[in-house]
Amino acid sequence: MAKLRQIAFYGKGGIGKSTTSQNTLAALVEMDQKILIVGCDPKADSTRLILNTKLQDTVLHLAAEAGSVEDLELEQVMKIGYKGIKCTESGGPEPGVGCAGRGVITAINFLEENGAYDDVDYVSYDVLGDVVCGGFAMPIRENKAQEIYIVMSGEMMALYAANNIAKGILKYAHSGGVRLGGLICNERQTDKELELAEELASRLGCKLIHFVPRDNIVQHAELRRMTVIEYAPESKQAGEYRELARKIHENSGKGVIPTPITMEELEQMLLDFGIMKTEEQQLADLQAKEAAKAAAAH
Amino acid sequence: MSLDYKNDGARMEELITEVLTAYPEKFSKRRKKHLNVAKGTEEMGDEGRPLTECDVKSNIKSVPGVMTIRGCAYAGSKGVVWGPIKDMVHISHGPVGCGQYSWSQRRNYYIGKTGIDTFVTMQFTSDFQERDIVFGGDKKLEKVIDEINGLFPLARGISIQSECPIGLIGDDIEAVSKKKAKESGKTIVPVRCEGFRGVSQSLGHHLANDAVRDWVFDNKGAATQTDLSGFVASPYDVNVIGDYNIGGDAWASRILLEEIGLRVVGNWSGDATLAEIERAPKAKLNLIHCYRSMNYICRHMEEKYGVAWMEYNFFGPSQIEASLRKIAKHFGPAIEEKAETVIAKYKPLVDAVKAKYAPRLTGKKVMLYVGGLRPRHVITAYEDLGMEIVGTGYEFAHGDDYQRTGHYVKEGTLIYDDVTGYELEKFIEKIRPDLVGSGIKEKYPVQKMGIPFRQMHSWDYSGPYHGYDGFAIFARDMDLAINNPVWGLMKAPWKKSEPAPTLAAAE
Repeated sequence: MAKLRQIAFYGKGGIGKSTTSQNTLAALVEMDQKILIVGCDPKADSTRLILNTKLQDTVLHLAAEAGSVEDLELEQVMKIGYKGIKCTESGGPEPGVGCAGRGVITAINFLEENGAYDDVDYVSYDVLGDVVCGGFAMPIRENKAQEIYIVMSGEMMALYAANNIAKGILKYAHSGGVRLGGLICNERQTDKELELAEELASRLGCKLIHFVPRDNIVQHAELRRMTVIEYAPESKQAGEYRELARKIHENSGKGVIPTPITMEELEQMLLDFGIMKTEEQQLADLQAKEAAKAAAAH
Repeated sequence: MSLDYKNDGARMEELITEVLTAYPEKFSKRRKKHLNVAKGTEEMGDEGRPLTECDVKSNIKSVPGVMTIRGCAYAGSKGVVWGPIKDMVHISHGPVGCGQYSWSQRRNYYIGKTGIDTFVTMQFTSDFQERDIVFGGDKKLEKVIDEINGLFPLARGISIQSECPIGLIGDDIEAVSKKKAKESGKTIVPVRCEGFRGVSQSLGHHLANDAVRDWVFDNKGAATQTDLSGFVASPYDVNVIGDYNIGGDAWASRILLEEIGLRVVGNWSGDATLAEIERAPKAKLNLIHCYRSMNYICRHMEEKYGVAWMEYNFFGPSQIEASLRKIAKHFGPAIEEKAETVIAKYKPLVDAVKAKYAPRLTGKKVMLYVGGLRPRHVITAYEDLGMEIVGTGYEFAHGDDYQRTGHYVKEGTLIYDDVTGYELEKFIEKIRPDLVGSGIKEKYPVQKMGIPFRQMHSWDYSGPYHGYDGFAIFARDMDLAINNPVWGLMKAPWKKSEPAPTLAAAE
């Protein structure tokens, strides 16, 4: 058996991390890889396409019911989904109470200590959008994920988030072994999206692993709580995910220590690509808009 | 009235330099600001004795890596201010350790049936588990409050003493307090005294004072408070503020105040009831003993309710006399006359104590290191017995405390603020006083150096030390410590000469 590979998907909230990761993992399992998914998001939606269910019972909710995590057995929290993919969700509190970050730490420690990581080729962490505190950085700290894949798009905030996550990786790259695997661009059909993604990748010193085109079939599959791989295995989009999976599989050990850029550099890049306007431009646009409105009112 | 002596200031200055050499330069510079030698001034204090100046930097963060003797905000609120209020239940809210290890440490004596109508020596904790951290602890807190109300119906109220995690996970204990106060009608007080806040227990005192203001005086929880309509005020009503009744201190003080014709309507917070806290603004004067921990609420009561306040000192006959006269003056000739009678009444007792112990204690040198009041307040009590203070310092004093210290210490006295374990050991080792007064952590290292020791936080399981009765016990205890024959047995009989024992401090 090859050495265990631990990967994680990070990215801005709503960017499609869970969809991308589950489709990729479904393609990886076709390549005879044994996979464990660790969902690290209180929303607990990292495994639903694999399990074809609404929401999986989470480690933390089961622990709260039983008393503590020490009262849990691995079998209670681990479900088997599409082609044998093992699925777990850390879960967490409802919004606005408690400490979700601590929940992630607790859940991951429980899974490790109870042998969830035995006999798998891949562990994949799917982490909530913003790395808001130490708990959500758990997967990128020592002895956890070695390769981080950042899911992004051509939207401004997604680019900001990607750069910030690269900063987080850089912080832990020297103490632990974490590396940036590369960027995965989930097409939003913004202007010059591919070029922008390639530019950011080169600035961060990493690869654009794959540019995943937009396709409505993803939504069709999602509504049926399935991955595209399962719902339409012959479709073009399934081919894209297989391609992404193959690239990730071949990317083993090729992660880099990222070179995040400053806020000024990032903004300059966005200005160069016309994604962001200067304040003068914005002001001029606003005035033109108001003038047009005033003219229309007369 | 007080002893006249000077310490060797030049030698003390040398000592500071010697001790600081062990530190890296940057740290040595920082610590230097906390160490000083009391300087003589031209000014004279109220009692006609010269003031000294003992300014040091204080009330700032201890340096990580040193052994500081300080506590935390939770210790200041739960342990000091709220804990002694006897008919309330005080919840140590958070993981079990903070409550467990602070259980019954302050010897706050009280009268009542423990577990029925009083709860001081009991320990209540919400015993946080991992799930309470992850999912928030408010539900558990509600349950704890319900259980307390069910099990202890005579508890008049509940205080919630926050441990660190409460602030970290952002629990809304104020909302829980309001909800439960509404349901039960009882006073429920949330205190945000998370241990990571502030630099010492001092912030905890302040937060606890503020909680009294907001949740008792202003009754933010809209609880059903004690009906005070039957309270008949007298012109001689006073509150004793900042006496925690350690070993019965407040009782030994109260009898003197009552003997001079005053009515003590509240004692904060040793042996206190919630009702005493509630009615405090109705008093005519607040008499404040521990200035550091309760000056905040006194200033508030002065501002909002027009209650004047006055500091006093009931350690040792000199200070007791001066304080009784000062307090009596506030109330006019009738009380002043009684004060003189009381002073005269206790004169034979004082003389007897002095006659018995002063010959055994005169000239003995003392070093003190205590919290925020006693490093100055007990000084004259020692001097009444002929003893001399060579060094003193506070764990958590502020600038105004060091100013007040100038009224007590003699020129050349070593002053140390937030002293580190290393510094204190070195100072003691080099000065070799006849007695050290400090806390439990300091006790055994000092005794191993062959130097007598008394705990000055807990009175070493003795007390009271306040008042005339307390002075007799104080004198006896100091004699017991210093003149114990055990100190003559420190030397191994087969060794002809041996240097004084020291602790191998890291140098």
